[in-house]
Amino acid sequence: MIKTLITRIQQGHRTMRYPDAGAPAPEMPARFRGRPIFDAARCPDTCRQCADACPTQAIAIADGAIKLDMGRCLFCTDCADSCPEKAITYSRDYRLTVRQASDLVVDAGQELKLAAALDGKLRKLFGRSLQLRQVCAGGCNGCESDVNVLNTIGWDLSRFGISFVASPRHADGLLITGPVTENMKQALKTAYDAVPDPKIVIAVGACALSGGPFINHPEVHNGAASVVPIDLFIPGCPPHPMTILDGLLRLLGKIEAEKP
Amino acid sequence: MSLSASSHNLSLAEISSGQPVARSAIPELPLPQFQGAILDALRDRRRVCALFGATDSENSFKISLYVVLADDQHGRLHIARTGVSADGFPSLTPQCPQVHLFEREIAEQFGVKPLGHPWLKPVRFHRSYRAGADAWNRGPADVVQAGVMDFYQITGGQVHEVAVGPIHAGVIEPGHFRFQCDGETILHLEIALGYQHRGVERAMRGGPDKRSLHYAETLAGDTTIGHGCAYAQMIESLGSCQISPRAAAIRGIALELERLANHVGDLGALSGDAGFLPSASFCGRIRGDFLNMTAALCGNRFGRGLLRIGGVGFDIDASLAADLLKRLDVAERESRAAINLLWETSSVMARFEGIGAVSKETATELGMVGPAARACGVDMDSRRDHPSGIYQFSHIPVSTWRGGDVFARAYVRWLEIQRSIQFLRDQLKALPVGALQAEVSAPQPESLVVTLQEAWRGQVCHVALTDAQGRFERYKIVDPSFHNWPAVAMAVRGKQISDFPLCNKSFSLSYCGHDL
Repeated sequence: MIKTLITRIQQGHRTMRYPDAGAPAPEMPARFRGRPIFDAARCPDTCRQCADACPTQAIAIADGAIKLDMGRCLFCTDCADSCPEKAITYSRDYRLTVRQASDLVVDAGQELKLAAALDGKLRKLFGRSLQLRQVCAGGCNGCESDVNVLNTIGWDLSRFGISFVASPRHADGLLITGPVTENMKQALKTAYDAVPDPKIVIAVGACALSGGPFINHPEVHNGAASVVPIDLFIPGCPPHPMTILDGLLRLLGKIEAEKP
Repeated sequence: MSLSASSHNLSLAEISSGQPVARSAIPELPLPQFQGAILDALRDRRRVCALFGATDSENSFKISLYVVLADDQHGRLHIARTGVSADGFPSLTPQCPQVHLFEREIAEQFGVKPLGHPWLKPVRFHRSYRAGADAWNRGPADVVQAGVMDFYQITGGQVHEVAVGPIHAGVIEPGHFRFQCDGETILHLEIALGYQHRGVERAMRGGPDKRSLHYAETLAGDTTIGHGCAYAQMIESLGSCQISPRAAAIRGIALELERLANHVGDLGALSGDAGFLPSASFCGRIRGDFLNMTAALCGNRFGRGLLRIGGVGFDIDASLAADLLKRLDVAERESRAAINLLWETSSVMARFEGIGAVSKETATELGMVGPAARACGVDMDSRRDHPSGIYQFSHIPVSTWRGGDVFARAYVRWLEIQRSIQFLRDQLKALPVGALQAEVSAPQPESLVVTLQEAWRGQVCHVALTDAQGRFERYKIVDPSFHNWPAVAMAVRGKQISDFPLCNKSFSLSYCGHDL
C-alpha cells in the first residue's frame, strides 16, 4: 500500500493543461505529417505524378489544379516523394476536422473549413455531457488505440464530459472507425438504431471516411457514410490523438474558432 | 535451396526465411506423402507456419496446397506442395489440431472440403475465390452472414448460453464469443470471427502495387512494423536487395518500440482487468511515451511511413538518438515502477496466478506462437530462430516462463520489455552506417519466398508465389493471432466466465490480423 502511494507520487500529475486558458497545445513531433500543403505555382503543366503515386486516389488534378480529398488521404509520403518539384509538404498542423464531407476536399492554398460547433439544441444537450458508443467496423486497431488513448491520464477526456459507454442505448451518438466491412454493416446499423434520438455520429480515420486503403474492395462499404449520416469527419491514418481531441472539442464548442 | 538430409524430409525442399526458391524446385508430392510429411514434421518438433491453397486462375479446378514447416531449432523452413481435387481431400485435423483453422480457411477460400474435418465452419464469412464452388454448398442466392453458423451447443438442466459481441463493451475490435456454461463455469467457448474481413489477401493478388505496403501496414494496425517488415523483406528478397545495416537497425528499433508500446499497454490493461487502477493508469500513459518515440522517428505513432521497400524513409541522427536514449531512460524507470507494483500487490497476483492456464503440451499441439507460447515454456522466438535484418547481428535473449497462466503471459512481457530496452540502448548508442535505401530489382518471376518476423504478438509469416511476370499469384498472410485464438478457448475451459476478460486480455490477440 505504502509502495503504491509512493509510486503514485513519483508518477506525478500528468494530465495536460490544454485547452485551459493560456495552456499551449502539446508540441507535435518534428516529423509529424499534419495538413498537407501544395505549392501549386511549382507544378509543371500536365504533371500528375502525385496523383498517380497516391495509393487511395486522394489527389485529383483538373486544369492543372490539385485537389486533395483528406478523407482518403493516408498521410503517407507517396505523393511528396514522387513530386519532382517538391511542391507537396506536410505541415505540423494537427487540426483537420470538418463537418461536411465536401469540406474534406481542399484546393492548393485554400483554408480548411474547420468543424463548427453543434447548433443550439444539440449543443445544449451534449455540450457538457457527451456519451459515445464506439463501433469498430473493420478498423485495424490504429484508430481504436488512439481513441482509447484519450481516456488515459495524459488526456483525461472525461474532464470535458465526454466518455465511452458500453451500450448504444446509453449513448448520445456513435464514434465509428473502419471502412465498414460487409460483415459489420448490420451490427453497425443495429447499434445506430439503438441510440436514442437526437444522436450524432463521428467518423474517425481514413477508413471510416472513405474506405482508406481498402477503398472499393467488394468486402467493404467505403466508410461509415454508406450506412449512417456523419456529423463530424476526423481524417488521418490513424489521426493523432490531438486531431481527435481537437475535433471533439470543436464539435462541442469548447474551442472557439481561432485564427490559424 | 537444398533437399533436406533428414530421413523424414527427403521429400521436402529446405529454405530459410527471406530466401527465394524457384517454384519448379518445390517438390510436388502425392497427397498422402504431403500429409505424412506434415505429421512427420510435428513428431520431429517442427511446426506448421502456413498451410494454404492456391489456384492458377480464379476458376481453375487445379487447386494446390502449400505447406511451410518451421524447424525452429535449426532456423530452416521446409516446403512442399500437393494437388487436390475440387471434390475434397481427407482432413488432417483429427491427427493434427494445429492445421484446424488452416483447413477451414482452405475450405472457405477455395470451396474445397477437407473431408472428415471435425469442426468445418467458416473462418471469415466471405464467398469462395472460385466462383460457384462452396464448401458448404451455399448457392449465390444464399446469404453469407458473419456469425451465422452452426454453433456447438451443450444442453442440460443447468446449462446456459452466453453470447457476446460482435460489438464489445470497450473500444475494441469486433468478434463473437459464444459460451456454454454450467452456472459460472465455462464448459466450452466458441469464437466466431470474420467481422473485420477486408479482403486483403484477395487484393494482394496481382501485386505488388502502390497499395501493397499500405495493406501490410494496416493488416493489424498495432503491428504496422511487424507486418510491414515481413512485406518489405518479401519484396527485397524477390528483388535481390540487401538493405544497409543502418536501415536494418532502424527497422529493429521500430519493431522493438512497437513491442514496448504494446507490452506496456497490455500490462496496464491487465492491471485494469484485475481491478488495480494505479498501474493501469501509469502504464496507459507510458505506452503513449513509447508511441511518441516512434512518432519522433517517423512522424506517426504507429510507424506508418517509416518502412520503404529497400530500407527506411527516416534516419536517426545523433541528436535524435540522444533524445530517444533520454526518453528511454525515463520510460524505463517509470514502467519499472509501475509494473513491479503488479507483482507486489497481492490482489493483482490473486487474479493473475493460476488463471487461464495453458499447458506446454496444448501450446505445442495448437502450434501457439509468441509471448503466449513462451509463457507456457515453449522456447521459440523468430528473432533468434529465423533472424533477419539486425537480429542476425544483435541478439536478444529469448524470454520464457512456466505455467502458461495469466501471470506467466504478463511476466514474459515484462521480461521482454527489459530486453527490448537494452537492445534499443545498444542500437541507439552505436548505429551502423549505411544508406537509408538500397536499389531493388523487379520481383523475380515463378518464385516462392517466406518471410518471418517476430512481431510483439508472435511470429508473422508472409508467403508469396509469383507468376511468370513476377506478380503475386498468391500472397498468404499468417498473423500470430491465427495460431493463438484457439488457445484462448482452451485457456478458459472449465474456468469461471468472470475470468474471461482477463484471460482474453492476457493473450491480447488481433481481430483484423486474423480476419485480414
